[in-house]
Parts: sequence; C-alpha cells; structure tokens
Amino acid sequence: MSALLLRDLRKTYGNRLEALKGVDLEIPEGEFFALLGPNGAGKSTLISIVSSLVNKTSGRVEVCGFDLDRDREAAKRCIGLVPQEVNFNQFEKVANIVINQAGYYGIPRREAFVRAERCLRQVDLWDKRNVVSRQLSGGMKRRLMIARALVHDPRLLILDEPTAGVDIEIRHSMWEFLRSVNRRGTTVILTTHYLEEAENLCRHIAIIDHGRIVVNRRMQELLAEVQTQRYTLELKHPISQVPIIEDYAVEREDAYTLIAEVPPEGGVHGLFTRLAAQGIEVQGIRNGSSRLEQYFMRLIAESGDRDGTGAAA
Amino acid sequence: MRKRGWSGTGQWIALQTILFKEISRFFRIWPQTILPAAVTNALYLLIFGALMGRRIGPIHGIAYLDYIVPGIALMSVITNAYSNVVSSFYSTKFQRHIEELITAPVSEWAVLAGYVGGGVVRGLVVGAVVVATAGFFTQLQVAHAGVLLAMGTLTAALFALAGFINAVYANSFDDISIVPNFVLTPLVYLGGVFYSIELLPSWWRTVSMGNPILYMVNAFRYGFVGVSDVRLDVAFALIGGLIVLLLTWAYVLLRRGTGIKS
Ligand SMILES: Nc1ncnc2c1ncn2[C@@H]1O[C@H](COP(=O)(O)OP(=O)(O)OP(=O)(O)O)[C@@H](O)[C@H]1O
Ligand SMILES: [Mg+2]
Repeated sequence: MSALLLRDLRKTYGNRLEALKGVDLEIPEGEFFALLGPNGAGKSTLISIVSSLVNKTSGRVEVCGFDLDRDREAAKRCIGLVPQEVNFNQFEKVANIVINQAGYYGIPRREAFVRAERCLRQVDLWDKRNVVSRQLSGGMKRRLMIARALVHDPRLLILDEPTAGVDIEIRHSMWEFLRSVNRRGTTVILTTHYLEEAENLCRHIAIIDHGRIVVNRRMQELLAEVQTQRYTLELKHPISQVPIIEDYAVEREDAYTLIAEVPPEGGVHGLFTRLAAQGIEVQGIRNGSSRLEQYFMRLIAESGDRDGTGAAA
Repeated sequence: MRKRGWSGTGQWIALQTILFKEISRFFRIWPQTILPAAVTNALYLLIFGALMGRRIGPIHGIAYLDYIVPGIALMSVITNAYSNVVSSFYSTKFQRHIEELITAPVSEWAVLAGYVGGGVVRGLVVGAVVVATAGFFTQLQVAHAGVLLAMGTLTAALFALAGFINAVYANSFDDISIVPNFVLTPLVYLGGVFYSIELLPSWWRTVSMGNPILYMVNAFRYGFVGVSDVRLDVAFALIGGLIVLLLTWAYVLLRRGTGIKS
C-alpha cells in the first residue's frame, strides 16, 4: 500500500496563483523520500494539502489508503507533521504542547504524559519541559515540533525543512534520529534545501518546480547519472585568464580559485598534470558541490529556460 | 449531519483537552481575566447601589441595590464569556497554533464545544465572583436557583458563541474590540441592568423590547428577586433560538475553514 498517493493534484490560490499544476506522486510505505525544489516551487503547498491545512482545488489525495475527501479523520490519524514555520503556542510550556497534541489525537491524559516524556527525551528536550516555548532557541523549536509530530505514532512523518537553522552537530543527530524512526517502519517525507542532507538520508527523490514534478526516481539511479565530480582548486599563484584544458570544464572563480568538472576517465591526477604543464601550481583541493547539487542546478536551469520561452505545456 | 466518531472517546478526549487548556489559560492570567471584573463591579455596587441607591428607592418593592446586582453580574457573564473566546480563538489563529487543531482528527464540534465551553466557564466564574462581592454590600436572596443557573449558563454560551464568530472573521486586534465596544456594551447598558423599563417613556420601552439582552437580564434577575419585566417563557425561547442560530453559523464557518484555510 502507498503511504501517500496523489493524483492530478492542483491548487490555485485565491490570488489566482497556480501553485500546483497537476501533481502525480506515489510513495510506498517505509520509504524515506525527499521532496526538493527551489523557493516557491510548491513543496509546502503540497504538504499543506496533504495535512488538511490548505484546501485543494482538484485532484485526489490518499494517505495510507484513506481518501482525504471521504475518510479525512482516518487519514489525519496517519500523519505527523513538522511544518516549515513554528506553529505552536509560544506562551505554553514545552511539555503541555506535546501533551495537548496527544489529547487532540484522542490519547487519554495519563498515556499522553508517558508519550510526551518519551518523545521529548528522544529529541533531547526533556530538560526543557517546563520552559515556556517562546524561550527555546530556533533549533530547539524545530525539535519540539518533531516531538509533537511523533506523539501519536504516525505512519507517515512529513517534515518541511526540519533542519533549517539547525547547527551541524544537532543536524547530524537529527539525521540519525530520523533514520531510526524510518527503520521502525515510519514512512518519512522530507523537504530541504540542503541537498547533501537529501543525498545522505533519502532513498527516493522527487523534484518539484513551478508546481510540477520534474524528476521522480531512486536516489542511486539519479546519482549514477551525474558522472562528473566538481572540485574547487586553490592556486599558489594568481592567474588572470581561465586555462583551457581539453576534456575538463574549468571556470575561474577568482585569481586564486578555479572550479573544475572532472570526468571519471581523466581523474584528478590528469587535471593536475595538465595544469602543471601550463605552469599552474595547485596548493589545495576541496570537494565542490555534491553530485545531487550539480544535478539539481542543471535541472532547474533547464526548466527555467523552458519557462522563459513559454514552451512549457 | 452527525459526524462519524463524534460519540467516540477520541473526540471526547480532544474536547476535554481543549476545554482544560482554555480554562487553565484564563486562570493562569487571572489578573487580566478575573480581577478587573471584580474591581469594576465592586465600584458599581458601591456607587450606584450603596451610595446613590439609598436616594433612588426600591423598584417593584425591591431595594435598588438588590435590583441591580443580578444585572451587573449578568453583564460580567456576557462580557467575560465573549472576550474569553474572541481573544483566545483569535490569538490561536494569529499565532497559527490553530493548525494543530486542523491537522489533528478533531471534529468541528469538539473545537467549538471546547472554546465555547471555556468561555462559559470564564463567564460563570466571573459572574460568581461578582455575586460574592455583592455579598459585602447586601444580603442577597435567591428566589429561583434553577432559573438563575439556566439563564446564566445559556447567556454565557450565547455570547461565547458570538465571540467565536467574531474571532473567525477578525483579521486584526482592532476587529476583536469593535463588536464588544460598539455593539455589546450599548446593548448591555440599555438592557435594563440599572433600571426597570417601566420607568421609561413608552416609545423607549417599545424600542427596548427589541433588545435581546433585556430578556436575559430580566430572566436572570427573576432567579434572584422573583420579579421580571418580561415573560420567562419568551426569554428562554428567545435565547434558545439565538443559540441554535449562532451555533449553526459557527459550525458552518469552521467547516468551511473561513478565515483559517486558503
Ligand atoms: N496562502 C497563500 N496564498 C497565496 N499564494 C500562496 C500562499 N501560499 C503559498 N503561495 C504561493 O504558492 C507558491 C508555492 O509556495 P510554497 O510555499 O508551496 O513553496 P515552497 O516550495 O514551499 O517554497 P520554499 O522552499 O520557499 O518553502 C508560491 O508562489 C507562493 O507565493
Ligand atoms: Mg516551503
């Protein structure tokens, strides 16, 4: 069964803005799914429709087999949502936010206390249980929303940019935590602008742009397609012109920095040799953008061109 | 339409959760929610009742102070029930934690009952505080406790519902104070809180009969002192009808997601 099924989902906002232009998507249970796309692509709109925050204009939504129109309550019970923006009561204590959430899902008070403790411990917020939520840091607020989303044991966890503004250490522990949630059988859908995060966590990826799904495939397949690796080279001496090197696409970022795309055949070694032949000495090398990032940039650039010419159907 | 699951324990627990949250909210901020009413009404009782009342003389054979206490208490019930719901639900919307309730499988009835219930409890608590304060100024009697409680509760429910509807339509903090200041307050003051309409010129008396609050004040007063300017059955029918009307209105708004969903 699918954890999420969308059929020709469309949304036109009151201001006649078409945020979703017919989205079809099927996410099987147990998946760890990334939903990517540039700002304004429609990710949050899609998520808001699935979680009943926004009314769809047309199309069909099924959550764990429950149709959103016919069986909304059952569908809602399956979803845990971590929204993009803070939406808990800032004047309420941390523990109460999670306990009340359990109540809204029909969990009796005593049981709600037990679950709230478990969820808050999992995200390292148990110490803060009596703090008024306004006083939490940005990263803590995100974690509180994760704890809140999990208190009713959802089958589908949807996170809209959960790691925005979260420091590296916490981000990594959050990744570990989300992996463990997924291992226990919960389907996870995640949006993020950190492509490294999607590459690290997710097994399947969909890219949405201007309200349409433009890519929907397994992460491995997609990465295999991006053959070239990107490197940033730091030079010992300044250069004024971009060196021309056969088989390698090289760009000059500034006098001391080059960015090179390295195809698998030649390798980094080949690049160094040819640069040296032109008298360019490399002092340091950094791994450039991730493969997913390259793929993403290329794709968005292409789709931008298409939209620009008005050729998009 | 009867919603599936409304009778279920899940909805009942959700309702209790909202109600408990609402009640703890106003108790937590009692200096803003309970104290002002107690102070203002003590002043009313002191000035109109104890000081001027001696000169005004009895109405329908009832000492002026005793005559106005029920009206003043009901005035507090009305304003507190209304303002509790309008400000709580508006800030729920404004701060966006209404989204917690929309994403959760809570029925519209449970949301409505939870918020309105919170307003009713606040109205009755403040009403009770006012009556207790009045105990310092006069020896109150209760002629018909049943009428008193029923009319107090129904009035609280009606104005809690009105506050809810106001909050749904409100887009700014101004919007939540317009109705209380410019509609509610005049209707309450002209609703026979401080006088019997028999003292009014006949044209004004006729106009007053169109003010629904007059019926509530009089029925409530009847519960204390046993006299009323209006018929009780008319008063109860009127308030029952108004409650059904506003309940339907509020439910439809919630169901449609007016002011909440895009
Ligand atoms: N409530 C709304 N009313 C009108 N237009 C809206 C509303 N919410 C979103 N939009 C518009 O719909 C489009 C999609 O927005 P959405 O928030 O879904 O994008 P997103 O992919 O989540 O972007 P981001 O990465 O910035 O969060 C945007 O053009 C946005 O301006
Ligand atoms: Mg978004």
